[in-house]
Parts: sequence; C-alpha cells; structure tokens
Amino acid sequence: MKLTVNGRPREIEGAPLTTLLHVLREELGVTSPKAGCEQGGCGACTVLVDGEPQRACLTPVGAIDGSEVTTVEGLGAPESLSALQQAFTHHYAAQCGFCTSGMLMAAEAYIARGGTDDREAIQEALAGHVCRCTGYVKIIDAVAAAARGDAFDLTVTAAGTAMTNLGGVS
Amino acid sequence: MTQATEVLLPTSADEAVALFGDGSGVTIVAGGTIVLPEITHGRIAPTRALMLSGAGLDTLDAGGSTVTIGAALPVARLAELAQDVEALAQCALGVADYEIRRQGTVGGNVCAGAGRDAPRGDLQGPLLALDASARSIGPDGETTEPVADFLGHRAGRLLLDLSFEKPAASAFAAIEYPHTHEYTVLAVTGVRTAGGEVRLAATGLADHGTRLPSAEAAAGDPDAAGAAAVADVKLGDDALASAWYRERTLPVLVRRVLSKLEEAR
Repeated sequence: MKLTVNGRPREIEGAPLTTLLHVLREELGVTSPKAGCEQGGCGACTVLVDGEPQRACLTPVGAIDGSEVTTVEGLGAPESLSALQQAFTHHYAAQCGFCTSGMLMAAEAYIARGGTDDREAIQEALAGHVCRCTGYVKIIDAVAAAARGDAFDLTVTAAGTAMTNLGGVS
Repeated sequence: MTQATEVLLPTSADEAVALFGDGSGVTIVAGGTIVLPEITHGRIAPTRALMLSGAGLDTLDAGGSTVTIGAALPVARLAELAQDVEALAQCALGVADYEIRRQGTVGGNVCAGAGRDAPRGDLQGPLLALDASARSIGPDGETTEPVADFLGHRAGRLLLDLSFEKPAASAFAAIEYPHTHEYTVLAVTGVRTAGGEVRLAATGLADHGTRLPSAEAAAGDPDAAGAAAVADVKLGDDALASAWYRERTLPVLVRRVLSKLEEAR
C-alpha cells in the first residue's frame, strides 16, 4: 500500500486492517495524531485524508490506499507557523495540547471548505473534539480569527500580554 | 492480531457478494467506525475481514420516485435527501459528528446491534417509517424484504441496499442528544405517503427500532396516538435514560411528529 504523508510518498507495510493512527505513529514516526480514546470519541487522532478530516483510529489503512494524508507536521514548522497555528498561539488556544492536533486539522478543513467566524458553525465543525482542559472558548476564538483572516502579532497574546516561550517547551 | 486476519478487498458489488459467500466467519468492515475500536480494544479478532470501501456500494439514486441507498453510503450523504425525505436527512445530521458522519455508513448504522450502554441504529426509525426494502445476502442467498423483517435477522447478513418510495411528507422528532457521540435517547419518525397513509416508527429502544402500529391507527388524533404508542414499544433502562422517562417522552414525540406532518399539508 502507498500513502502520501505530508507531501512525501510512503510505502506502508502494515496489514490493511491496521489503523491509520498506528501506521502514522508506529510505522512512520508521525506523532502529532494522538492516541486518545481510540474509539472515535475524542478527536485527538484526526488527520486530513484527501483534504477531509478523518479519525485515524477508525480508519483501516487498507481503505485509503493511495490517499494523501496531512497531519500537523504538514501545516507549518515552528519557525513558520500556518495562519491557523498562529491563531491558536495568539489566542492561547492550547493548554495541555493533547486535543490540539485534532482541533487544528478539523479547523483547517472547516476553513478550507469556506467556514466563517460564526461561532455556532465552528462548534458544529469541532463537535467531535473533546478538550479535557475545557478550553473551548479560546479554541473557538482562534478558529474564528483564522477564518476571518486576522493577522497576528505573535509577540503579544490576544489578551495583550507579552508572548513568551513561543514554539517550545521550557 | 490484525496480522493474522485474512483481509478481502472486493472492487465491485458482485465480488463483495462472492467473497462474502454464506457469511460464515466473515467480519464486515464498511466505514470502520464501529468495528475498528472493537479490534483495537481486543473485543473481537476477525479471521476474515471483508472491507467494503472499494466495492462500489456507496451509491445514492434518488432521481425517480424511488430512492435507493447503497449500504456503504456515508451517513453524511443522506443530507442530499433533505428536499425529498426531510426526516431521514434530519436524523442523519444528528448522528455523531462531521467526521464520523462522513466515514460511518448507512448499512453499518442500520445493522449495528444494540451497544453495551444504549440502543444504536438511529437511522432505523426513518427507514422503518418509510417501509424501506432491504436487499441482503446470507446463508440462504439474496433476499429483498421489509427492513422491519431484515432487522430481526440482520446478524450474519451482508446488506446491499435499501430502497423506498419518496413520501408526500416526513417528520422527525428526538430527545436532544446529551452529547455529540451519544446515540438517540428516543426518536420518532413519521411519514405520510402519497396515498395518505401515516406510518410511525421509533428508535432508542431495546435491540432495534420498531413501527408504532397502535399509534398509526390513531394518527388522526395526536393525543390518542401518543398515548397508544407506549403499547407498541419495549422500553428499557440504560446509560442514557430510564424506561420511566422514555415512556413519558414517547407520546410527546409522537404528537410533535404528527403536528409537523399536519403542517406539511
């Protein structure tokens, strides 16, 4: 089987029923999709398959042979964050960070299909994603800002305080 | 575990039927949203898995007076029927979330057995009210039968498609979902046919959904129909609601559906 993962063609050795999540994390070392509930309920493993968000934990890799898979690693790099990643940073939309990968991928697809800053529509688009820090308000703030095409000054937060520790863990 | 599984990847409906054979020892994987967690968490270990993703069973034909839905059609695509069968589209939009609706299939939803915590099969209600025909294969070969009969022996069969006549009007009412990923606590669907017949069905019940014949007989009087509906169902306690609560809510949902059908005249 073959997949294109973040623009790079990959040969897959896993059996067809192996989950895409397992293939990404264990076979290819792509670790942004998180193994949370592994039953489709938390959203942390969400990746884009041919541009649409999909639970990697529910997807047998044999069902998507030949597809293009995009994960957070394919969105931006620490020194060149995507617009959505900048919005999440500026709005402090990540707390513990476990749900962030899935939120980003679902939001990326939401904006790509023409999603606006309508908070109810964003909630519906992210309905399958659980944030156990309960940081939903700032996540929705960030997605709305990115959907509007806001520009972000990453030296300060949305609350106006100085941004420190950007892009790393200290 | 999956290494030992023989995986069958048919590329046509005919090939899927041939590979399914009499169904013995075959685990059907359509969208994967129900089966994959069972495998991941070690609750099942398939010996032969029939993956339907490339079998061409994801068809939707609503061009004429009959609608035919391929068993592997993603649930999300039922939204395309919003004009013709509002109740089915509305019910489908209540299933799980954006991602799961795109991946889970109509066949998987209809064929799901009762879950550990609650009934499943949200789409059964609208399909029962539409008096859909289910075409499936099993040990006895291919059968086309009312979906009500199919639900009684669906385990071990491969559902191919569902078809029904477009109704004159349809309506759906459900208890609000406690969470995106919960199944229907209780839902009622009503259909009025071109000939004026009113059919009612409920989901959120033990094992699978059911028609409400006593309520149908009293459909001209919503209060009487609501009260009569309770005799048509077997209500249970589960993680989502008690039988006590469902018994008091069912008449309300029946009245709402009949009221919506009346408004649609």
